[in-house]
Amino acid sequence: MIRSTHLPLLVTVLTFLVAFALCGSQYPSMLTTRVVANLLTDNAFLGIVAVGMTFVIISGGIDLSVGSVIAFTGVFLAVVLRDTSLHPLAAFALVLSLTVAFGAAMGAIIHYLDMPAFIVTLAGMFLARGLAYVLSTDSVPITHEFYDFLQSLYWKAPGGGRFRLTGVIMLLTFLIGMIMAHRTRFGQNVYALGGGAQTAKLMGVPLAQTTIRIYALSGGLAGLAGIVFSLYTSAGYSLATVGVELDAIAAVVIGGTLLTGGTGFVAGTFFGILIMGLIQTYIVFDGTLSSWWTKIVIGGLLFAFILLQKGLTWATTARRKPLTDFAAP
Amino acid sequence: MVHGFQATLRRIAPQLIILAVVLLLNFLVFPDFFKIEFQNDRLFGNLVDVFNRGAPTALLCIGMTLVIATKGIDLSVGAVMAIAGATAADLVVSGYGWGTALIGAISVGLMCGLWNGVLVAFLRIQPIVATLVLMVAGRGIAQLITEGTILTFLNEGLIHLGAGTVLGIPTPILIWIGLGAIVTLGVRRTALGMLVEAIGINEASSRVAGINSRVLLVSVYLVSGFCAAIAGVIVAADIKGADANNAGLWLELDAILAVVIGGNSLLGGRFSITASLIGALIIQSVNSVILLSGLPPEFNLVIKALIIIAILVIQSPTVKHALYILRASAESEALEPARAAQLTPPKETAQ
Repeated sequence: MIRSTHLPLLVTVLTFLVAFALCGSQYPSMLTTRVVANLLTDNAFLGIVAVGMTFVIISGGIDLSVGSVIAFTGVFLAVVLRDTSLHPLAAFALVLSLTVAFGAAMGAIIHYLDMPAFIVTLAGMFLARGLAYVLSTDSVPITHEFYDFLQSLYWKAPGGGRFRLTGVIMLLTFLIGMIMAHRTRFGQNVYALGGGAQTAKLMGVPLAQTTIRIYALSGGLAGLAGIVFSLYTSAGYSLATVGVELDAIAAVVIGGTLLTGGTGFVAGTFFGILIMGLIQTYIVFDGTLSSWWTKIVIGGLLFAFILLQKGLTWATTARRKPLTDFAAP
Repeated sequence: MVHGFQATLRRIAPQLIILAVVLLLNFLVFPDFFKIEFQNDRLFGNLVDVFNRGAPTALLCIGMTLVIATKGIDLSVGAVMAIAGATAADLVVSGYGWGTALIGAISVGLMCGLWNGVLVAFLRIQPIVATLVLMVAGRGIAQLITEGTILTFLNEGLIHLGAGTVLGIPTPILIWIGLGAIVTLGVRRTALGMLVEAIGINEASSRVAGINSRVLLVSVYLVSGFCAAIAGVIVAADIKGADANNAGLWLELDAILAVVIGGNSLLGGRFSITASLIGALIIQSVNSVILLSGLPPEFNLVIKALIIIAILVIQSPTVKHALYILRASAESEALEPARAAQLTPPKETAQ
């Protein structure tokens, strides 16, 4: 049975399939495993960060710091691997604990000082970007045999597509994210918090713990995305991934999660990422369209999906309570 | 009148104190900070620079204050700046005068404001999402106008708006102070400001009370678009070119920050444009102190972030509440116990 809450997710999946079919009918070579594999590899870091963003947005918050945290992670890894003899795995563990702590600190400030997530994570965005600058303003290359080893891990599919480790990490992150959202106590608490902090508190949801964990998760996943991004580019650059937080938010919204919080799907975000990647791939295949059309098309898509959600919520609430809801923002 | 002035002064006192502290820091790292000279028919000095460089943020936060007072937010202002700058540059390059270019840019800004306003007021989309659409698509539209290049121009009239002076004072300063004064008087000498606050506090009841909230909501987004357009023209005129990628980049965040430092709640309600403008000056003074201190530029963002976090923590409801209790208990020790019992403070709900 199809519930109305699942409709945005279905529409997102359908949009992706129709768009992919249309692209494929125009450029048959887009249907190869090569393109699919690249779609996963190129958007791996964005996908990972979008999983964290989905949790944050379902809880009714927002995390503007993720783009800066990715850049910080990249620069941190590059500088540590250049200046010390630390093994990359140890550096990964170190940077992940740093980013988790960073996210947790933001969550604690949001909860205990009662400040809007928007402003706190905005300050976090400045701080993380600033720390990346302090470490290095140049692009630092990463040359380590372990990196070469990780980059050489791929499965060559028939047709020439290379499914790399980073793509697999993204898929695993989505899988774990889906299980966490729908099958754990933490996930239920996140949904409850998004439905209304006051109600959640009365239901016995530990608000402080949940808020801190949500932002710690988002920070940690941004750190993981930073590791994946450094594998992707083999360098750390403090000016990299500017504005990724916006792409992640857009993917989450296109994936059918309400920015008001309370409803949403991690799986929807996955298709949101694929749709955005598809637009870029199409523009590359077309060759005559300029890159700025990406932004305009994504903006248009955002608008269309927001209207769809609005129509759905209106249709479902108007039937049930015709008078009382007329002015809810 | 005198009473109203005193109330305003009390409202903006924290911001004035913070501004004074940051300006004092400027003076400590650079003793000539307050020196203002008159050379080549214009005022020169670091203090003048703070006012001049702060113009785009100050202009944006005039509109942003009104939008935030209605419990909204306008993320698109940076992108609108890029579109307006591109429009003005395009018109001037095509041979039109600077007046036409300015009117063109303002009309485009108003159109963007109308778009946001209609989404928020009539389609009832959450403001942060509604304005996100234009924030994402806006830079693409600006690049469409400039065709991906940085459109440079040499029109004296247009350049004057960003880099010229009137009676020795840089034009941007006059524009933001003038516009700020007009909007402040417009909302405070009439009932408009109170109606805007009513929407922010509770839209449903404001409508029941007979306020046409839809028209007012569209109007505040129009004002925001208008301010963003002027800011965009000033930024383009300042560099004699329209850069669709970088004009106004992240300025929406600075503007929102200025409004928050100005002590306005992101949850809507009571607002003070004057306090927001001082907030914009605080941000610019922070930038200035970092530059003048001669620290390596790599540290700029970290220091800015730390100063902002400090300001925000001081202003957060929890800390304010704790200070209130501290002060009340200190006072109550001197009073009789019966009186002290009445002094138990109510918890503040908004900043």
